[in-house]
Amino acid sequence: MSTAKVNKARFAEDAIRELGWWKAHRFLLLRRASQLTVLALFAIGPLWGLWLLKGNLSSSLLLDTIPMADPLVTLQLLTSGHVPEASLLIGAAVIGLFYALMGGRVFCSWVCPVNMVTDLAAYLRRRFTLPRTPELPRQLRYFMLALVLLLPVVTGVAAWEWLNPVPVLYRAVLFGAGAGLGLLVAIFLADLLLVERMWCSHLCPSGALFALLGKLSPVKMTAMNAKDCNNCMDCFVVCPERQVLKPSLKGPSPIITDSDCTQCGRCIDVCAKRVFQYKNRFTSQDKPLEKSHRIAKKAENEQ
Amino acid sequence: MTRQQSKTQGINRRQFLATTARLSCAVALAGGGIATVAKSQPLGPQAIRPPGALAEQDFLSACVRCGLCVEACPYDTLKIARWFEQAPTGTPWFEARKVPCEMCDDIPCIKACPSGALEQALTDIDQAKMGIAVLIDEKNCLNFKGLRCDVCYRVCPLIDNAITLERSRNERSGHHAMFIPVVHPDACTGCGKCEHACVLDEAAIKVLPPHIAMGKTADHDTYIDTENTTLEMLNKGFEL
Repeated sequence: MSTAKVNKARFAEDAIRELGWWKAHRFLLLRRASQLTVLALFAIGPLWGLWLLKGNLSSSLLLDTIPMADPLVTLQLLTSGHVPEASLLIGAAVIGLFYALMGGRVFCSWVCPVNMVTDLAAYLRRRFTLPRTPELPRQLRYFMLALVLLLPVVTGVAAWEWLNPVPVLYRAVLFGAGAGLGLLVAIFLADLLLVERMWCSHLCPSGALFALLGKLSPVKMTAMNAKDCNNCMDCFVVCPERQVLKPSLKGPSPIITDSDCTQCGRCIDVCAKRVFQYKNRFTSQDKPLEKSHRIAKKAENEQ
Repeated sequence: MTRQQSKTQGINRRQFLATTARLSCAVALAGGGIATVAKSQPLGPQAIRPPGALAEQDFLSACVRCGLCVEACPYDTLKIARWFEQAPTGTPWFEARKVPCEMCDDIPCIKACPSGALEQALTDIDQAKMGIAVLIDEKNCLNFKGLRCDVCYRVCPLIDNAITLERSRNERSGHHAMFIPVVHPDACTGCGKCEHACVLDEAAIKVLPPHIAMGKTADHDTYIDTENTTLEMLNKGFEL
């Protein structure tokens, strides 16, 4: 095994050799399939008249019966002083409950279409070894969330919905509103050239709200085999929220409890040593703690 | 974990306050920008809203821009506002000249709205106030030229209620009648069929949002209800 020094050209090579190409890209491809499937389920309505899902991620109707709604936009309506119809409140509750159970930022990595744009920027950064740029404070997104919920109080309208890139992308696909894609280009360029993972990991208020919703979720990423870690650093290179990895690799509990984790599963993909797994946090806590391992020292030092 | 915790707890009060202040400033600036964008859109757009839409400001605080009303519309009348169009991005509107509202009896767009931006209380489409038709060009309107075009009158779903033809003497010929289309705002739903059907290249009759089409008297003016005021005066009798 090579040294712990990150060699960008050989990224995830060990994992591909050890696990095979499919297993080393499994969750990446499954996530892309999931994101595109959700988008397609909405799009086949307006395009071919197959109405499984109506609306968009802001609010929708599944099979003409189950309402679903974005909790953030619903909260904005409430702070603007409008009392929406029950179906919107029920829809927001349905979605809120779903992500409270499945893991909050599962939305970010498995559903949100903007993730494809920002992942592309991150891929290009890695591919062309762009330098790590100054970090923004992680808690900025919670300030953004507070801002988004305060703006309707001040302006009287759901102001964030003018700029929210998630519905902008959905509207571009479903209703042909292409001009909004300029916003996505801006996010892509900001991610690529200004700050690494700028949008999804630092600014997006939707991600912040889903992170809060998923605080108590039972589904967690877990570094079950942390003792096998050989400090290859591939997971740190690929993780969109790399600060969540260190505690699970070197700490007493292998569970990634930090709600910033998007549970994208890329750490599972790129790890030749099979360190990470999806786990139920309650069952995996029963495992005895690994006292002896003093691993990921290198990781710690580099962060 | 313990070292991690001690590290995070190690942030002292000064650092915490400095970071919080910095972030608050940055976010407040961003908020000012977003608010400016949101407020720069005309609050009284020319766009005609779907039936049952709340007043513009309330509508913008209620609409989640999901497009469910657009997808529910069987005639492809409604569309989602794109960026830089007449209405704020993502909100539903329609152009009567292109596709007018067909005034469905069951009003599917209202039923589809999850947020109450379109009022569920509106169940009779004839009571809708999407806009008010205004015969805006009396110069080019063919009926004003003494012809019997009448198309706007004939296509009106509320013919003889929302539009009537008022007969008057044609002063030009001296012995013909003129049939002037007159819109009655109390009955007009703003469906836009008249504007859609107008035979001119540019419609002489146009549907405008109610707040543009209608004037408004001051609350203290007594002539708001002249009929009752006059009756009252007559009933009281004249004091000599």
